[in-house]
Amino acid sequence: MRPALKHDVRIIDTTLRDGSHAMAHQFTETQVRDTVRALDAAGVEVIEVTHGDGLGGSSFNYGFSHTDEMTLIAAAREEARNAKIAVLLVPGIGTVEDLKRARDAGADMVRVATHCTEADVSPQHFAAARELGMETAGFLMMAHKTPPENLARQARIMVDAGCQAPYVTDSAGALLMHEAKARFEALVAEVGDEAWVGYHGHQNMSFGVANSVIAYEVGVRYIDGSLCALGAGSGNSPTEVLAAVFDRLDIETGLDVLGLLDAAEEVVRPYLNRWPKMDRNAIVQGWAGVYSSFLLHAERAGERYKVPAHEILRRCGELGYVGGQEDMIIDVAIQLAAEREQGGG
Amino acid sequence: MSAGVTDTGAGVTAAIVGPGNIGTDLLAKLQRSSVIDVRYMVGVVESDGLARAREAGLAASAEGVDWLLRQDPLPQLVFEATSAKAHEANAPRYAEAGIQAVDLTPAHLGPMVCPPVNLRDHIDSPNVSMITCGGQATIPMVHAVSRVTPVPYAEIIASIASRSAGPGTRANIDEFTHVTGQAVAEVGGAERGKAVIILNPVEPPMIMRDTVFCMIGPDADHGAIIRSVHEMVAQVQEYVPGYSLRADPQFDDPRQDWGGNARVALFLEVKGNGDYLPDYAGNLDIMTAAAARVGELMARAKLEVAR
Repeated sequence: MRPALKHDVRIIDTTLRDGSHAMAHQFTETQVRDTVRALDAAGVEVIEVTHGDGLGGSSFNYGFSHTDEMTLIAAAREEARNAKIAVLLVPGIGTVEDLKRARDAGADMVRVATHCTEADVSPQHFAAARELGMETAGFLMMAHKTPPENLARQARIMVDAGCQAPYVTDSAGALLMHEAKARFEALVAEVGDEAWVGYHGHQNMSFGVANSVIAYEVGVRYIDGSLCALGAGSGNSPTEVLAAVFDRLDIETGLDVLGLLDAAEEVVRPYLNRWPKMDRNAIVQGWAGVYSSFLLHAERAGERYKVPAHEILRRCGELGYVGGQEDMIIDVAIQLAAEREQGGG
Repeated sequence: MSAGVTDTGAGVTAAIVGPGNIGTDLLAKLQRSSVIDVRYMVGVVESDGLARAREAGLAASAEGVDWLLRQDPLPQLVFEATSAKAHEANAPRYAEAGIQAVDLTPAHLGPMVCPPVNLRDHIDSPNVSMITCGGQATIPMVHAVSRVTPVPYAEIIASIASRSAGPGTRANIDEFTHVTGQAVAEVGGAERGKAVIILNPVEPPMIMRDTVFCMIGPDADHGAIIRSVHEMVAQVQEYVPGYSLRADPQFDDPRQDWGGNARVALFLEVKGNGDYLPDYAGNLDIMTAAAARVGELMARAKLEVAR
């Protein structure tokens, strides 16, 4: 049921989806066309294009898109000669109806994302995807929040529902190398005979690329990257670095390293408002295990309510907030501001 | 309204179909009513819920709606806490028997009601839908804003404890987003509506939280919105005592990417009454509390007519 691999490992680029967070969802059609053309020419097999929070993410809570994501998906489909176009769908935010529209716009693949313990909200969407003839993958987000055995059981739920590639999704960039490895091994042992296991990393504590190498060594075959690391928090494992590292390891990716370096430098870098970096706020996210997409929202709330963003993020970690609860960032900022006022007498 | 209705035992007869957690919690709430006399609990298999109902003095049966429709007297009100599919099958039979139905399932056959917003318009309707938990929690707030200033768009985010989300909710999560979003507009009074639901597994379980974002004009009257919201919170508290604002309404200045509109944000906590369900499950509690409220007001209307 899983698609055959063309190379040793399948690198999936999410510059135009996870990168949407760092761009505050302001991607233009021109930026998307230019990026897809460059990625496609450099041999990237799958390019993900969606609002950062997935289909239907354009909202007050997550930020309104500059350009409708269906327009961006259709533009990406037009530009890609060989690459498949993927979309993200987070059940509870996006719906099967959104997926159908994305399919009509030209999406070939969907990645259905749930919190790491809530995979049983996804079968409805996997079933719809298979009916639409789409390739599938499944994100078990905030994978650091549950032990490897349980993560594997959740992956099983997704695979049984039609998922071809469940992912260890390190949304907080929190997984240390041994923690990541234990999760990769657990998923490969549970579903490795019938599905590919994937890894989606964030650089909050700089492990994205290192964990990708470990992932390959223990059997993970779908690995995510972003040009210039463009993504939430400190960004994702940079696609151009993954290509260079796997090349040095003689692991075949089908990617043109120089082409990707050019794409990062000449296509993506000129449109960056911010280059994702390991600053205090982002490191706190990895350290305290906070959903990376909270970063810009915490910065904004910090400014609005005059409290430090890193304190907001730490509190979000303490309270156990999960992906999608961006509204709670404002609530936390209000509470922190009130505490400060009381404390200041 | 309550004058003339006394504890004479001459209440409106009622049945609960679906003896699960929701049905059991609803029973606890309805038993506090002076105008509703819950006589019957109906399931399709023997269960703890039926046993609990018998202990509470109800006639209870595992023989389904066939059994219920053979009873004398027939109930005047039925509360359906089964599944959408079951309610679709049962609803025509209730209607034929002249039994008014309060539907807690996602079937949505009758008009969508939220007690302090639009129940008055549907008090005689043969079938009303209780929308969704997130709808019951947030629509009063959308209405509180939209009754004092135009709301071109409203968006709600419901966060619930994973433990309070049953298999039905999980298998059909799209139903929540569609129905709630639609009700935010149609019942809440926004021109467009959107809904998001998040399941959070943190331990100890988080109490239900809801956030309501309303787009408002740049010159909207903040004072009027604040007064209207506080009035509405007090009205909901009459049947959900644990319903509260976490902070005063938060106003954000107009922005270009909001089409030049401004925004008001309302942060809610919904703590359940802990009747049968745990208190963190405010999402389930607000459904049973709102359904009990609807039943109460329907019963009073029937008694008024009878007088």
